[in-house]
Amino acid sequence: MVKLVYFAWVRERIGKSEEEIVLPDNVSTVGDLLDHLKERGEEYRNALEHSDVIRVALDHHHSQHDAAIGGANEIALFPPMTGG
Amino acid sequence: MKPTIRVQSDDFEIATEIQILTAGNPDVGAVVTFTGVCRDEAGQLAALELEHYPGMAEQEISRIASQAGERWPLTGLAAIHRFGRIRPGENIVLVIAASKHRQAAFEAASFLMDFMKSRAPFWKKEIFLDGTEGGWVDARSTDEDALDRWLQE
Repeated sequence: MVKLVYFAWVRERIGKSEEEIVLPDNVSTVGDLLDHLKERGEEYRNALEHSDVIRVALDHHHSQHDAAIGGANEIALFPPMTGG
Repeated sequence: MKPTIRVQSDDFEIATEIQILTAGNPDVGAVVTFTGVCRDEAGQLAALELEHYPGMAEQEISRIASQAGERWPLTGLAAIHRFGRIRPGENIVLVIAASKHRQAAFEAASFLMDFMKSRAPFWKKEIFLDGTEGGWVDARSTDEDALDRWLQE
């Protein structure tokens, strides 16, 4: 099981702030995960439609889409940040 | 030099934070502060709602601050970022950099702020006076460009 957490408009479009899922064997990178999530329903497709803008953090560390998920416990998906 | 990092909903008092950072340190010759404040947006904005990623927000700002500490000879560094509902005129973020000389303090404060804008996990949503939501503030490409000058040097 891996915990997924969502923020800002990714959270709003998916309709939940977090969930736990079992990663299928064919999901090894962040990009694989985004593709897998898009198959979970229309709300996921809406949220992840322009997946190139989606930012991902593995266990609180920014990660690229080609990064291996490895043994990450918490994966966060969110839009570009607008702090400061 | 251990940076002071805080993520909080409460406001901060700039003079107090400067005093905490510099008290009892005779090596401080320069203190630079940056305060980010919620703009009024032509009188239409009721507030900004700042969402953040608890845990990662503190960690990411700490990582950025550590890089600043390795790059410049600082005697003190503080970053405070607020979350929750923030009204026009209220503080959003505070950066304080202290050093022996001004150049390091100016540059470290600028570096920390540039990276916080694009790397610290915070998102702003606009709430208008008529109660409607103005939507999520878009990230600016100029903010991303601002990082390049630090990465190229």
